[in-house]
Amino acid sequence: MGLSITTFIVVTVIKIVIALIVMLTAIAYSTWLERKVVGHIQNRWGPQRVGPFGLLQPLADGLKFIFKEDLTPPYVYKPLYLAAPILSLVLALTSISLVPIGNWVTIRGVSTPLEITDVNIGLLIILGITSLSVYGVALAGWSSNSKYSLLGGLRASAQMVSYEIALGLSLVGVLIMSGSLNLREIVDMQSGHMWAWIPRWNIFRGQIVAFFVYLAAAFAETNRVPFDLPEAETELVAGYHTEYSSMKFAMFFMAEYANMITVASIATLLFLGGWHGPLFGPTWLQDVLPVFWFVLKVFCFIFLYIWIRGTLPRFRYDQLMAFGWRVLFPIAVANVLVTSFIVALKK
Amino acid sequence: MLQLVLFFVFGIIAVGAAVNLLAQRHPINSALSLIVVMASLATLFLLMGAEFLAAIQVIVYAGAIMVLFVFVIMLLNAGVEDRTPGSRVAMLLGIPAVVLLAGSVAWTLVARNPYPVGVNLTGGFVGSPSAIAELLFRDFLLPFEVTSILILIAIMGAVVLASPAGTTAGTGSPEQPPAKAEE
Amino acid sequence: MVPVAYYLVLSAILFGLGVLGFLVKRNLITLFMSIELMLNAVNLAFVAFAWQWKSLNGQVFVFFVMVVAAAEAAVGLAIIIAVFRTRETLNVDKVNLLKL
Repeated sequence: MGLSITTFIVVTVIKIVIALIVMLTAIAYSTWLERKVVGHIQNRWGPQRVGPFGLLQPLADGLKFIFKEDLTPPYVYKPLYLAAPILSLVLALTSISLVPIGNWVTIRGVSTPLEITDVNIGLLIILGITSLSVYGVALAGWSSNSKYSLLGGLRASAQMVSYEIALGLSLVGVLIMSGSLNLREIVDMQSGHMWAWIPRWNIFRGQIVAFFVYLAAAFAETNRVPFDLPEAETELVAGYHTEYSSMKFAMFFMAEYANMITVASIATLLFLGGWHGPLFGPTWLQDVLPVFWFVLKVFCFIFLYIWIRGTLPRFRYDQLMAFGWRVLFPIAVANVLVTSFIVALKK
Repeated sequence: MLQLVLFFVFGIIAVGAAVNLLAQRHPINSALSLIVVMASLATLFLLMGAEFLAAIQVIVYAGAIMVLFVFVIMLLNAGVEDRTPGSRVAMLLGIPAVVLLAGSVAWTLVARNPYPVGVNLTGGFVGSPSAIAELLFRDFLLPFEVTSILILIAIMGAVVLASPAGTTAGTGSPEQPPAKAEE
Repeated sequence: MVPVAYYLVLSAILFGLGVLGFLVKRNLITLFMSIELMLNAVNLAFVAFAWQWKSLNGQVFVFFVMVVAAAEAAVGLAIIIAVFRTRETLNVDKVNLLKL
């Protein structure tokens, strides 16, 4: 790499700290964004009293969660009850370490990529972390020792496991076109333009069906409307996090938004061209602009998430499972077949 | 040096979790210990350069097969297991026999190895996905297709075996799933 | 530099622990998990030998072992569910009659 080992460790620690701070702030402010946007969709204001435009609302929410009584019901299975929210949050925050947000930058002679680690199989590791996050939900539901939690936990984990397949398969089309699992290489293949002004993003190069399959599967993976039956209040009290209070519940909450941000980042990297966008201005601006384009695209994706949450009703559980297995999975397989056929013909 | 330290750390975690699998009385704790074993084995695969296998171990084994185990343990909810006379006899005879077995296997693998080498990650031998895919789709294409048929048979078998008695899986009207009774 | 022998000894230890679990434990599901432990130990030995002979055939075989383990786990757990449904117990010592 050209860096001495101590410089490498220092740079990595700085990147980890920045990534964690940015991620936690992004989680807090996506809760604000959600309440504002859903409020406006429902023809009301949303939070607007705590600070200008309600911008200090996440801070107030955080303080509320810290000061709430931390209740551990006596009949829960304590080790797993305490470990499940920790597992959810840790896994949700770990996947941000593989997401590149910009080009290589050179600060004072130290050149480093804008991601915490650059692994050749980055996409597979993110899929692995998504697979492991089923455990947080399943163990929370089971250890709470209550019928609503158990049913909610089982339903949520069955839903997550079913839609993982459609999620992975929808990404295979992009992988066939790019020939690599390295996230940075996949983005680099989407640079430039075709037909003079349409950018060479994967979504315009034929993966539009895969994008919509990915969108639907991502909604189900993160347990968001219209697939949020396992945590709907009118159905199962609160599903797998019924018995959790204060900071443990806040950890599940944060894990859900962190998963949303991760899924949005993967969609941006694989379908929307990552950090490629118009570059102009002086050199320091050219280092910052890719990050700005990346954040803008992730923000658009999260806005789409929140918009759909405010608009669509939720699926019933059997409709949900039928949709995953009978509609999304065959479409994803057909996408893989067509993509591989076209790529093989072109060679 | 760092590789030796990493090997010992993850090796001890793997053996400790395996011992915990045997020592725990509730199957859910054993399942979680097995997940820890699989995760540490994935790290050991990475130490030997098998990066694709490490990712597949986490996604397939720890993320799908063990989820199936955890599901079944939660659904059946059979509780802790009790010590029967059979298990005491098995422990008395079994532990020396297993020590003998593991010792002879280890001795054969190590002493009869004609070409022992050291695992060094800078050796350049990496099991990247493209290299494994070359082998899988050229030299081993027939076993690959046969395993896909095997999975199809396993799916059909599991659906038929696990469906409630008195219904024919896939035909006729299935019983009401219990979760619907709440609505 | 970690000698390949260390990986093989670790694989043998894990295999022995799997066999011990299979002999000692009385819960059907834990028995099954000991079988999975044995399969994992064998996977480790395969990858170690793949490194030793610098041949990726070992790693491809591990891939096939994982696929077969997945299929076997699915069918085996379905059988366990069927056994539990009729006999109401998962204790291996009590599941000893062919017909109730």
